[in-house]
Parts: sequence; structure tokens; C-alpha cells
Amino acid sequence: MRREGAVRILRTLPILLAGWLLAGFSSIANSEDAAVIAKGEYLARAGDCIACHTNPGGALFAGGFPMATPFGTIYSSNITPDKDTGIGAWTADQFYGTMHTGRFPDGGLIYPAMPFGSYTKVTREDSDAIFAYLRSVPPVHQPNRPNGLRFPFNNRQLIVGWRTLFFQEGEYLPDPTKSAEWNRGAYLVEGLGHCAMCHSPINALGGTSESKAFEGGLIPMQNWYAPSLTSNKEAGLGEWSIDEIVDLLRSGVSHRGAVYGPMAEVTFNSLQFLNDSDVRAMAIYLKSLGEGNPLAAEVSGIPAPESSLLLSFGETVYETHCASCHAKDGRGMPPNYPPLADNPSIQMESSVNPVRMVLNGGFPPGTKDNPMPYGMPPFAQTLSDDEVAAVVTYIRAAWGNRGSAVSSRQANELRTAPLD
Amino acid sequence: MAIVLVALMLCPAAVAPAQPTDRAPDTMEARLRACTPCHGRQGEGTNNDYFPRLAGKPSGYLMNQLVAFRDGRRRYPPMNYLLEYLPDAYLQKIADYFAALRPLSLPQTVADVSPAVLARGRELVSEGDQAHGVPPCSRCHGPKLTGMEPAIPGLAGLRAAYISAQLGAFRYGTRTAAEPDCMQLVAASLSESDVTAVAAWLASQPIPPDPSPVPKGTLPMLLDCGSEPN
Repeated sequence: MRREGAVRILRTLPILLAGWLLAGFSSIANSEDAAVIAKGEYLARAGDCIACHTNPGGALFAGGFPMATPFGTIYSSNITPDKDTGIGAWTADQFYGTMHTGRFPDGGLIYPAMPFGSYTKVTREDSDAIFAYLRSVPPVHQPNRPNGLRFPFNNRQLIVGWRTLFFQEGEYLPDPTKSAEWNRGAYLVEGLGHCAMCHSPINALGGTSESKAFEGGLIPMQNWYAPSLTSNKEAGLGEWSIDEIVDLLRSGVSHRGAVYGPMAEVTFNSLQFLNDSDVRAMAIYLKSLGEGNPLAAEVSGIPAPESSLLLSFGETVYETHCASCHAKDGRGMPPNYPPLADNPSIQMESSVNPVRMVLNGGFPPGTKDNPMPYGMPPFAQTLSDDEVAAVVTYIRAAWGNRGSAVSSRQANELRTAPLD
Repeated sequence: MAIVLVALMLCPAAVAPAQPTDRAPDTMEARLRACTPCHGRQGEGTNNDYFPRLAGKPSGYLMNQLVAFRDGRRRYPPMNYLLEYLPDAYLQKIADYFAALRPLSLPQTVADVSPAVLARGRELVSEGDQAHGVPPCSRCHGPKLTGMEPAIPGLAGLRAAYISAQLGAFRYGTRTAAEPDCMQLVAASLSESDVTAVAAWLASQPIPPDPSPVPKGTLPMLLDCGSEPN
């Protein structure tokens, strides 16, 4: 019996072997596909596609997310593999062409709410991986909503002019004088990360100019100020350690400050999912943007006589409402109660963000590294316009901080700023 | 010399981030200070008529509301904004935290409506209005109006302005629950004057000494409610 069994096994061995080999090859092919899809998913996170292409509570990548712009409302498109309403009929060539040129496969021009000015820098290989991933998600039949742009902005031909002024096509070119890490960081920040979409001044034409890249600006319609990444007085990170920048980007909090407002979305949906070496590379690149821009010896813009009253009133408000977390000396209890002393967010030229934080409060995003964040109370109900102005003026001038004074009118105007 | 100069220039930056000694307490209370201006230090509510007490409500109910605010199914911009980037696991901890709190009750407000309106309110709460398809509130929210586990909220200890605002929000779709949305049906069958009466009577009721919701299954469900599955 045993021998018979052995013979049977010997006879069937070649067949088994062939089967194993075939299975082996196809599983290698499958695992390669799976690896490409996984890479594409990771890169789609780095590009934060989900932020615009998924409606909160809606189906993944089915689009329809309304984006208010000064020119009217634009709705994001369905990028699921549905053949009729998504991109199921596209080829990898067409997907790359769209990312790279800002034109639909039929040649139609895409509104620059899609950051193709950044995505043009993405390599073909990365674009193919993202496409493979998008083809792997469930198809959703959901027709795209027509945009609600006002005349004359509803004429797509206007984009031709916009493109001439602001769009430069081309993949990222590594700087051979810089390290591989720096170049990886630059590729992610300038390309998929599309940081310049917010962190550059937006002009009246809705464009960001290359020469002013990363110099900061007020985000249209949202009334949050996206600070400059080149000025150390704002969000320039020249004086931060790499670890502090990594903490801020990926966990949402750090010993120097926390992310809030629209940046909380970026950490929540994108940066928390990036691996250590990529976040570190971005930190190295971001830190280099702020280097060589030392803090100018600036004097406070607050006129002495009236400011002393404002400051002493502000100090009283601070000690009553703020000091229990942020400490009397402004050093906070980092990383969870962020420091205000030497915190660039407090001292930026625009006072919009600190005023809004006082009015609306907020939680940093809940992330893998910081799953139960500490929240700041909103003070819109508790403090008057005068109190808000005084306390923000105080924190912008105390402990060596160098921000200008804030009027109660400014505080009042921001009470009605949109919260969504 | 050059090295010394560089070192001197770097020095201020190197010493600037002083090392504070204190860390924020590792407690839910310290994490949730953002909730206190409107909901009170212990979730007991505040003097503002439009902000509800949270303490003692069933955890499943609080979780449903946190998720609905985060995802925009229940619209109130300050809450939508605060919760936008908080994950489910944390929202569940927040819900459990407030559900377990038993603070002292705030003093009752005195209703400024006529005794007839109050009587109509009491009638609706305890008996409903069969002719108009209105079930009695107490049928689902409990004989002592303390709610039922896991997701039917207590109604005692809420203010009239809050209750009527919520009934309006159910009716107009700015507050929605998982389908079938039973409270939308109930709110739609109430007249304006019934809303006033119910809100006034509920607000005049003190919170019972034990505000805990009754256990799951104590009250057979009268309606199909997506947020309290049978």
C-alpha cells in the first residue's frame, strides 16, 4: 500500500510541479499587480485625491464634491472605474495625459481647481500606479454635476489664457546639487502634495505664480490664511528640527505648534498615511525653503500709547481664559496644549488664523500617531469682539512675539467666516 | 573664526525652544475642554437655551450624533467644524465619557406659557395624539423620560428652545438620522402649537435622581428607527 501510494505520488509529481509552477507564475503576476495597486493607493494618499473626489459620507472617489471658488462653484468629477460616468473607459496613457497636461482625453480643458500645475510633475510610473489603484476601487455610477460657474467664467476657453500665464508642463527635474532625500521631498511637495495650491498668494485671476511659490496667501472663500513656507516669521520651517516638522505633518501636533483649519484635512486624509522616509524627505525639503531667510529684526507694529491699554486688557483676558492650558509664560504644555510663545502661527502678518482659533477653537486631526487629540474651546460665545481683539493682540506681542495689533472690527468680521 | 561665527548665529535658534516641564493631563476631561463652553464642564449644559446637556444620555445616541455632525447629516456649523477630522474610535470614547457622567442638574427654567398649553404638552408626552398619528414621547423615551439604551436619548433636563429647534430641524431636514428616520415622521405630524406645548412641558420636568436610561429592550419599539435597530 505504501509503495503504491509512493508510486502514485511519483507519477503525479510532474503534473503537480507544473501546476505549482503555473500557479507560481500567476501568483507572481498577481502579487506584482497587487504591489502596483498598493503603491498607487499610497501615492493617491500622497496626492490627497480623496479630499476633493469624495463627498463626505458619499462613495469613495465618486466626485460631486462642491468647491466654492470666487468664480462660482465647481464640482469634482467621478474617478471610479465606472465606464459611463467615471474613468472606466480611460487608458493609462489618457490618465497620464490628463494629469500631465490638464486636458481631458478629448482635448477639453480642465478647470485649474484640479491641481494639474502640480500633478504635471508626477512621473509616468507613479501615474500608472495611481491609475491601476483607481481601476481597483468599486465602480460607482454617478454622473458628474455641471459646474455652477458665473459668466464669463463658464467659458472654458478662458482657461487657455490662464494656462499661458500660470501653467508650466513638465515632470519634476531632480536638482543634481541636492541629496536624493531633498529631491524626493521636493517631488512630493511640488508634485502630488500640491502644497503650492494654498501656500502661494492667489492673484485676482485665480493663479499662483512660479516666482511667488510657497510665499503664502489667504485661501479664497475659506478665510483661512495659508502661511508662507519660505518666511520663518510664518510657516517657514528653517528654525525647526526635522523631527518637529515630521511630527507636525504626520501626527498633527508637535512641540512647536499644531495643524488646524484646512491643514488638519491634509494631515488627516494624506500625510498621516505616508511612510517615515517620505515625511522625513518632505521635512528636509520644507526646512530648506525657510533656510537663508533669517528673521528680520522687526519692531512691533503696535503704536505704543493705545497698545499698552489693549495689551494689559489682553493680558487679563489671557490669564482668565487661556493660561490654564497655554501657561502664563506662553510655553503651553506641548505637544497637546501648543506653545504660543515663538509659535509662527500666532505672529504671521495676517492675524486671521489666531483670531479664528480663538473664536472657533478646534481639534487637531485624529491620526495614527495622535488618535485622541486635545481640543481648544471656541470662545465666540464667551468673549466680546473687544476681548478677542485684546487677547489676540496680547499673544501676538507677549513673550518676544512680534505680530501686529488686531482691531475689534477684524475680530467681528471673522465671526461670520464660513466654518465648512 | 568662521566656525565660531556660525556657532554664534545658530545659538539663539538652538536655545529658543525652551523645554516646558508640564504635560497636559492624560484624561478625557483635559482632551475635551473644547466641549465645555457650550455643554458645561461635566456635560451638564449651560445657561444658553440652545445647547443641550450631554451627561447621562445613552452612549449609542451620543455616538450617532457625533458621527452625524462629523459627516454633515446633522447640520450645525460649529459642531460640524469641530468634529470634521476625528476618527470613529475617538468619537466612541467621547460618547462613552459623557454617557457615564452624573453631574448635578442645572436649575429648571420656568415655562412662560399658559397652564392650558402645559396641559396639552403633558398630554402629548404621556398619551400622544392618535388622531394625528403622534405617538406618546414616553412610549420610546421612557416613563421617566430618561431614554433607553443604546440610542434613545433622555428628554428630561433639556430646555424648551432646544427641543423645539430640534423638532423643527427633524422636520426641515437639517437634522437627519439613519433611515428609517422615525423622528422625522413624528416631528412632521406635530403642529406648530403642539411643538411649543411639548417643548414647554418637557422643559418644566426635573431630571430624576437617577438619570440613567432604561436597559435595551425594556420598551418594545413602536416605530422602525434606523438609529435604534430592533
